[in-house]
Amino acid sequence: MSEIDTSKLPQGGKGFAHDFAADQTTFKGMPWGKAMMWIFLLSDTFIFSCFLISLMTARASTTVEWPYPSEVFGLTMFGVEVPLLLIAIMTFVLITSSGTMALAVKYGYERNRKMCGYLILATAIGGLTFVGMQAFEWSKLIFHDGVRPWGNPFGAEQFGAFFFMVTGFHGTHVSIGVIFLFIFARKTLRGDFDTGRRGYFTSMKSDYKAIEILGLYWHFVDLVWVFIFAFFYLW
Amino acid sequence: MEQNNKKSTTTHSIGIYLWIWGLLFVFSTFSYMVDWYNFQGLLRWSLIIFFMLLKAGLIMAIFMHLYWERWAIVNVLLWPMTAIIVFVAIMAAESEYTFFTRALFFVMGN
Repeated sequence: MSEIDTSKLPQGGKGFAHDFAADQTTFKGMPWGKAMMWIFLLSDTFIFSCFLISLMTARASTTVEWPYPSEVFGLTMFGVEVPLLLIAIMTFVLITSSGTMALAVKYGYERNRKMCGYLILATAIGGLTFVGMQAFEWSKLIFHDGVRPWGNPFGAEQFGAFFFMVTGFHGTHVSIGVIFLFIFARKTLRGDFDTGRRGYFTSMKSDYKAIEILGLYWHFVDLVWVFIFAFFYLW
Repeated sequence: MEQNNKKSTTTHSIGIYLWIWGLLFVFSTFSYMVDWYNFQGLLRWSLIIFFMLLKAGLIMAIFMHLYWERWAIVNVLLWPMTAIIVFVAIMAAESEYTFFTRALFFVMGN
């Protein structure tokens, strides 16, 4: 299916009508794995939306003061109280890893094995740094501040439950992504996509399109963080 | 854009990715500044949402290549977002009502 030359098909709105009126595949020229990743990401969007919407509902409906994230997540550096310092660094780390992933996809399509592999490795290390900082953030809140899902010293009791659920679910996504990034860095550098070596799990041959699909997942993790950063930490 | 030697997949120059990367850094700094300068109220919320949507748009359009995809997938992915917006509106109204009844209960008692 991916062999269709989409440049010969109608584009834009006409292309939309053409593709949906077709009696065969709807997503012309798209590998099935990529279409399925998009559909999965769409469903994941709904899950994260439900979390953030319930956060909004809890926060807007409580009569108790909601903890001010700017102070809760502030760090004292050299005697100065810096708001959201760790969160800001985490944001930049995740954006950086998203950038290296975008470049890895680019070099993958150019069949540049080494650049692609090392950029995936850099992305994985960025993700690992993010998870590490999140572990630090969690331990500070749990052991130092005494935040629990059922209560905290700052204000409304729901705060802890939402913090652990929203950032925990996102952190799980990052961790799974890091595992896959390491696996694909190894596969890429070993030359699996050039030699057509079969994967040990699926027994199927793969190519550099797999990197783009992996990239979609990783960018989505960054995308979700943009919304968590806005609605949980900044709001 | 240059054509790949084998298939019809296109690859883009490195410049656009570096540009978007830089822009994401700048917009993240801006949204952090909203907190740094402690803006409050409507200004804070509108700025947060503005920079959030800007970043999300850049990531989806360029990093996730949605800008170059056919309209079929773009429409399939973006239209469901209206359902989320409707859901947000419903729950915003609902939470206001809950807040109102709670406030009433705490003042009036049973």
